Formats: sequence, structure tokens, C-alpha cells
Amino acid sequence: MVTTLLIVGIIVAVVVLYLIIIFNSLVRLRVKVKNAWAQIDVQLKRRYDLIPNLVDAVKGYMKHEKSVLTEITNARANLTKGPIEKRAEASNQITEALKSIFAVAENYPDLKASENFKMLQEELSGTENKISYSRQFYNDSVMRLNTKVQVFPTNIFAKMMGFTKEKFFKTENEAERKPVKVKF
Amino acid sequence: MFDEVSRNKRNSIFLILIFLVIISILGVILGAIWGSIYFGGILALIFAIIYSLIVFKSGDKMILSMSGAKEVKKSEYPHLFHTVEGLAIAAGIPTPKAYVIKDSALNAFATGKDPSNAAITVTTGLLEKLNRQELEGVIAHEMSHIKNYDIRFMMLTVVMVGVVLLLSDFILRSFWFGGGRRRDSGNSHLIILLIGLALAILAPIVVQLVRLSISRKREYMADASGAILTRYPEGLASALEKIKDDPDPLVDKANRATAHLFISSPFRKVKKSSLWSTHPPINDRIKKLRGM
Repeated sequence: MVTTLLIVGIIVAVVVLYLIIIFNSLVRLRVKVKNAWAQIDVQLKRRYDLIPNLVDAVKGYMKHEKSVLTEITNARANLTKGPIEKRAEASNQITEALKSIFAVAENYPDLKASENFKMLQEELSGTENKISYSRQFYNDSVMRLNTKVQVFPTNIFAKMMGFTKEKFFKTENEAERKPVKVKF
Repeated sequence: MFDEVSRNKRNSIFLILIFLVIISILGVILGAIWGSIYFGGILALIFAIIYSLIVFKSGDKMILSMSGAKEVKKSEYPHLFHTVEGLAIAAGIPTPKAYVIKDSALNAFATGKDPSNAAITVTTGLLEKLNRQELEGVIAHEMSHIKNYDIRFMMLTVVMVGVVLLLSDFILRSFWFGGGRRRDSGNSHLIILLIGLALAILAPIVVQLVRLSISRKREYMADASGAILTRYPEGLASALEKIKDDPDPLVDKANRATAHLFISSPFRKVKKSSLWSTHPPINDRIKKLRGM
């Protein structure tokens, strides 16, 4: 009688321990995903802050390139207004506008030589890379969470514990999906 | 890319187990020779622990100062900083400190027992001669060493090798000086002693080979993990091509103890595969990267 009770007790203890371990690992993965998402915003904010500096540095030299500058200023303004889709679009517009500004700057040797401009170019280029890497890391974290939530036997318990798949970060810009044609 | 990483992790655990087996066998042999003399063995253990603490605590600082590396600020090397920061974000670890060695040789290394206390060092030669993708490839390789805890792992193997060398030494000395101590005699005892002697001579060689094998596996793993970070293995492959052709291998700033930390062996005259090299042959590394 006592032995059966003991065996049952041990089995229950092992199962409970297993559930605790799964739960904790799922929690850790989900927290990593949330943190990775927040990191993307940190980089986006950095880019947001740098753009006015770039516009200031550039407008004195590029007096005749008004269109590029207004484009980026408007896109930046749209980043904080409107629904998510519009904001994502604005973010893509900024990336395009930055490329245009740096391409146009090639025609202004004085601007290119200015230390301030060079520093801003390096900062913005670095920030664009960091935005890209933080999105990559976010997707890697989502992959780890989604895998754990779906493999057997964890998937049985994951749903009960309230863990679901997270969404990957996808590029919404259709233009980015098409093959890039480079014309010289 | 992901398979290479898991395969190397399994191989490394297997190799560590071999180490532990060899250490246990030597410990048993030593116990058999000394019989009831305990404190020699305890003394050896205390020495091993002190030795490992020293290696662990100040290993990083020693290596950085020995190689002449200087910590740099973002304003001095903005591009290097941005590259390190970006890859640290991709790896999900805190940003390591950046150090630079003023030398025309092309080389780099990583230090740090865990990602929170890490540093990546590059030579000025590397910064000048590599383009952006190649530099990213090299930094991603070093970042992977930090993320995979390779530096701590290699420190552990160095300590284990030290312990094995110590035990083997003790066994051999016991033969020389402890000859008349044993009261019981007999052929079986003699055979055990002879086996013990043979093992004590072979063990140091075997563990060195094992350590170097681990070091090479970890290099392959860092190449693969780095490729996962950049999603562009060609970057590192192209960088290794340039490093391969570098005539000046940084011999004066490195020595045997630090050689395994560099991305490319500072004693790079050996082009073919050798059991005695800390790094896999460069051409193999390039081939593997291009095959991903």
C-alpha cells in the first residue's frame, strides 16, 4: 500500500518538474522575443533622431535638391502618425530617401568632404544595418519560440499554458521583393 | 549552416569526456602507486585549483596586454564600432569592447569568459585591407567565439591539459624516487606499474592532440556561426583569402599560449593539415564556407 503511494508520488513529482521546466523555457523564449521587438524600436528611434541632423548638414550645400529633402522630412513626420501600415510604409520611404540623398551627395564634392557629413553618413549607414540586424535577431527569436511551441511533446502543454506562435517580421514593401535592376 | 553548429557542439562534448576519462585513469594509477599517501594527491589538487583560478581570472587581461592591444573609442574607429555593435545585436549579446593592435598584419581575436565581459581585437592592417563585408565576416566569427563561450571552453581545456601533465609528472617521479617504498611485490603489481608508466608518458601527448583537435573544431564552428549571423558566408571566405596571402603573420605579438585565439594562426607557415595546428587549414575553411 505504502509502496504504491510512493511510486505514484514519485511519478507525480517527475511530471510536475517536467511541466515546470517546459513552462520556464517557454517563458524565457517569449521574453526574448518581446525584448528583440523592443530593440528594433531603439534602432528606429536612433534613425528618427539622426535625420534632422542630416537634413541640416545637407541643405546648405544642396540648395537645388529640394524634392529629396522634403521627401525625407515628410516621411519622417508620417512615422508617428496614422495606422501601422502607413508607418511601415513611411519607414520604407525613409530608407529610399536616404539612398537618394547619399546618391545625390556624390555630385557635391564640398559636402562629401565635410567631416560632419561623413560622420552622419557613417552613423546612418550603421543604424540602417542595426535596424536590419535587430529585425533578423527578432525573427531568429521568433523561430526558436515557434519551434518549441510546435514540437512534440511540448506542443500539448504549450497551448494549455497560453503560449502561441508569434509573427515573423516580414518586409511589407513589394518593391523590396522584386529583383533589383542596377543600371549604369 | 545550422547543422555545422550542432555537430561541432556534440563533438566537443565527446572530446571533453575523453579528457575526463584520461584524468580519472591517471588519478587511479597515482593512487595505486602512493597507496595510503594522500596529501601528495591533495596537494596536486590544490595546485590545480589555484592554477585554474589564475588562468580564469586574469587570462583576458594578460592576453590583451601581451599582444599590445589598446582599447579604442567610437570617435577613433566609428566603422569598427558600428560593425561590432550591429553584429552584437544580431547575436543577441551585449556589445563587446573594441581593441586595436597597430600592426600591418591581418589578424583578429576575441577574449572574454562570458559575453558580458568580452572584447574583440583587430589589427590596423585588417581594418585597412578588408572591405565592409569581409570585415563583417571576421567580426562575426569573433562574435561567435564569444557567444558560444569558446574562450571559456578553451581555458578549461588548457587547465585540464595542465592537470594531466601534472599527474603524469607525479607518476613518473614516483617511479624514480619512490622505488623502495612498496612493501608488496609480485608480477601482477609490476605489470600494473609498467602500464601506468606507459600511460604517464603517453597521456601528455594524447591530451595535447585532443586539445588541438577541440581547438580546430571550435574554429570551424565559429566560421559556421559567423555565417549564420551575417547570412553571407562569402564575406568571411573572401576575408580568409586575403588573410591567407598576407606575408606578415604577427609572429612577434603572439606566442604558443595565445595562438589558438587568433582568427588565423600567427605561425602560418604550415599550409597542410597537421594534428599539431590550432587552426584548420585555411583552404579547407574557405571551401566549407563557400559550400554553405
